[in-house]
Amino acid sequence: MSSLIAFWISHRTELGLLIGQHIMLVVVSTAVAVAAGVPAGILAARRPHLGRALLLIANALQTIPSLALLGFLLPIPIIGGLGPRTALVTLSLYALLPVMRMTVTGIRSVDAAVVEAGIAMGMTPRQLLMMVQLPLALPSIIAGIRVATVIGVGTTTIAAAIGAGGLGEYIFRGLSMVDTTTILAGAVPAAGLALAADGLLALIEQRVRRTPVATGRVLQTGAIAAALLVVVLAAVSLRPATDSVVIGSKNFTEQVILGELIAQAIEEEGGVRVERKLNLGGTFVADRGLRNGELDAYVEYTGTAVTAVFHAQVPHDSGQALEQARQLYSQHGITVARPLGFNNTFAVLVRGDDAASRGLKTIDDLRSIAPGWKTGFGYEFLQREDGYAGLVQTYGLQFQAPPRGMDLSLIYQALAERQVDVVAGDATSAQIDAFHLAALEDNRHYFPPYDAVPLVRTATLLRHPEVGRALDRIAGRITDSDMRALNAAVDVGHLAPAAVAQQFLARLGVGTNRPRP
Amino acid sequence: MRGRFPDSAGSAGRIAPHLMTDPLVSFHDVEFSHSGSTPVVVDLSLECTAGETIAIVGRSGAGKSTLLKLVNRLLLPTGGRVTVHGRDTREWDPIRLRRGIGYVLQEAGLFPHMTVEDNVAVVPVLEGWEPARIRERTRELLDLVGMPADTFASRRPGELSGGQRQRVGLARALAVDPPILLMDEPFGALDPITRADVRREFARLKQQLRTTALFVTHDISEAFALGDRVGVMEAGRLIAFDVPDRIARSGDARVRALLDSVPPPTVPGP
Repeated sequence: MSSLIAFWISHRTELGLLIGQHIMLVVVSTAVAVAAGVPAGILAARRPHLGRALLLIANALQTIPSLALLGFLLPIPIIGGLGPRTALVTLSLYALLPVMRMTVTGIRSVDAAVVEAGIAMGMTPRQLLMMVQLPLALPSIIAGIRVATVIGVGTTTIAAAIGAGGLGEYIFRGLSMVDTTTILAGAVPAAGLALAADGLLALIEQRVRRTPVATGRVLQTGAIAAALLVVVLAAVSLRPATDSVVIGSKNFTEQVILGELIAQAIEEEGGVRVERKLNLGGTFVADRGLRNGELDAYVEYTGTAVTAVFHAQVPHDSGQALEQARQLYSQHGITVARPLGFNNTFAVLVRGDDAASRGLKTIDDLRSIAPGWKTGFGYEFLQREDGYAGLVQTYGLQFQAPPRGMDLSLIYQALAERQVDVVAGDATSAQIDAFHLAALEDNRHYFPPYDAVPLVRTATLLRHPEVGRALDRIAGRITDSDMRALNAAVDVGHLAPAAVAQQFLARLGVGTNRPRP
Repeated sequence: MRGRFPDSAGSAGRIAPHLMTDPLVSFHDVEFSHSGSTPVVVDLSLECTAGETIAIVGRSGAGKSTLLKLVNRLLLPTGGRVTVHGRDTREWDPIRLRRGIGYVLQEAGLFPHMTVEDNVAVVPVLEGWEPARIRERTRELLDLVGMPADTFASRRPGELSGGQRQRVGLARALAVDPPILLMDEPFGALDPITRADVRREFARLKQQLRTTALFVTHDISEAFALGDRVGVMEAGRLIAFDVPDRIARSGDARVRALLDSVPPPTVPGP
């Protein structure tokens, strides 16, 4: 608890920013959902056939997992891409159903006698709607907005996966560092926001129920305000990007450190503004971002690039793998810079005591005991061609049960806590030493080389030669043990990735160790 | 909104004097059925002249409410025709037609989200009256129905008793001084004492306003007390239509059955 408060105090500026982003995402997406959902609900209430179709669509949208929806929208032009825009579209789609359904319910549950009285008094359908149906449906509509908002506060945490910011940043960062404090630092304020929003809207709902609004003016004003907000935000989010270099990273510690390293190295060169979009939700997201031009650079691994990105066979020789990656990327206007120096291959890991007691040294040694053991792998590892399927085939392994898919960041802990017995992790992970795990030798050379290489858009290199100079200065200078130490500094030592990167650059003589904002 | 009625001079639906002697509302061989089901109204003809109050009495399900809805075009006849001011309801613009017809429902059908004053002001607002005139008119009407504006204007229907709601419903229906007033069981939801009270009130108003009223009730004593003429409906048919005295002497077995089902009216007339 005290460490949590200490975290908040030391991160108060960032915390404020993230809370602000979070509220912004929720407010705007809910406003969009109201602007679209209330009219759709009115239409649906009036035309049952159309209504059923509309509700069916909104229902279907709701069943798509949020991360999947984000991934699906990512490559779509105009609405997609890294950052808040895709998140807003996704969140708006989620908020649509509750708003629409409660609008329909509200309008349909207006007393038939009251509606008949309105018609008999000579109200036009529009007047009936504005003077009678909407004011009486208002409490129900607000209840819908309340549900949408509370769901929105929760769903918005996912938005950090595509670089949209918000409190999810801490949650994802904490997951990648296996640090409960960081996770709670994001999760607790998010829960607080949800409760606050719920309470506030409950209060408004109650007031409207007690003293109903006499005309539809409130709704009209609300609709106009929502529409204005949407227009302003669309204008803001569509404004041409400023000329800065955007550095990305995937969502695990090593990637965040490397993202910081590159970003700071470029900043040291000077001459160009650097933006960070770190902690992106996986290879797919980062690759899309780079190809769309929303990222200018991120660090990839040669083996991952050839197999996971291009679905090609990767040579087992480091040099050949690099050459192949260069050829593949060059067709997409992307330059593969010189390798950073370390090889983050997969490591098949067991608990240290198991390795000692059973004399496990190579993956081959697993074969005899595999039938009694449980396995857990990252979702990506289970999917990738150079992942699980090839591993068990190459080594003829057969485990007790189908492998458990889990978040990469939870894998080491799960192994240490005996939930699983064998995992595949990163060879450079700090968790290996921290949890006393043992890496088994890939004696059949199944895993391809995973040399870390910065990927840069060729256009960016040409426009900003300082980017190339910065990358040259750190090329080949990070060894395997350097990387493990950097990871440990963050994961075990709980230092900020930016600070760790800064110290390392200073040690290399790249940074001047001047204080950073 | 102003001037929706071609012959109005501000007060909605006031009709030209030459029409006053013609039937205001008339039914010619009217038939009504919901698609595919047995007819609710069968072969019904009646005429209603200016200034008179017609009471339609019958058991529930006899088609009384349907009769009223055919006048303000909430329903259109499936056979025959209904005319208002001599014009077929099919040819009327429904909005214009309805603004000139007051409608009082059972349970009043007041708008629960509006104050008493706003409820009464609905049709004047729709007609685009000046705010000052609306205010004056609503206060006048509330006084008329025995609901002093100072006490009741800012209350909401939920804060009123059944009888008070009914009075507001009546005031609302009278707001633009419509030449025709339709009332569907206007006193139906009230307890006997309140009911007698509101009924007396209506009898008084009737003398004062000279509005043409068509009201339906299942209570024959009420029909006799308030109707200048009484129509008896059974299974969608108008089986008798005459002044109360002659209805009371009717030899028709079905009318007699209805008459005998209730104690004789204690007040023979308003």
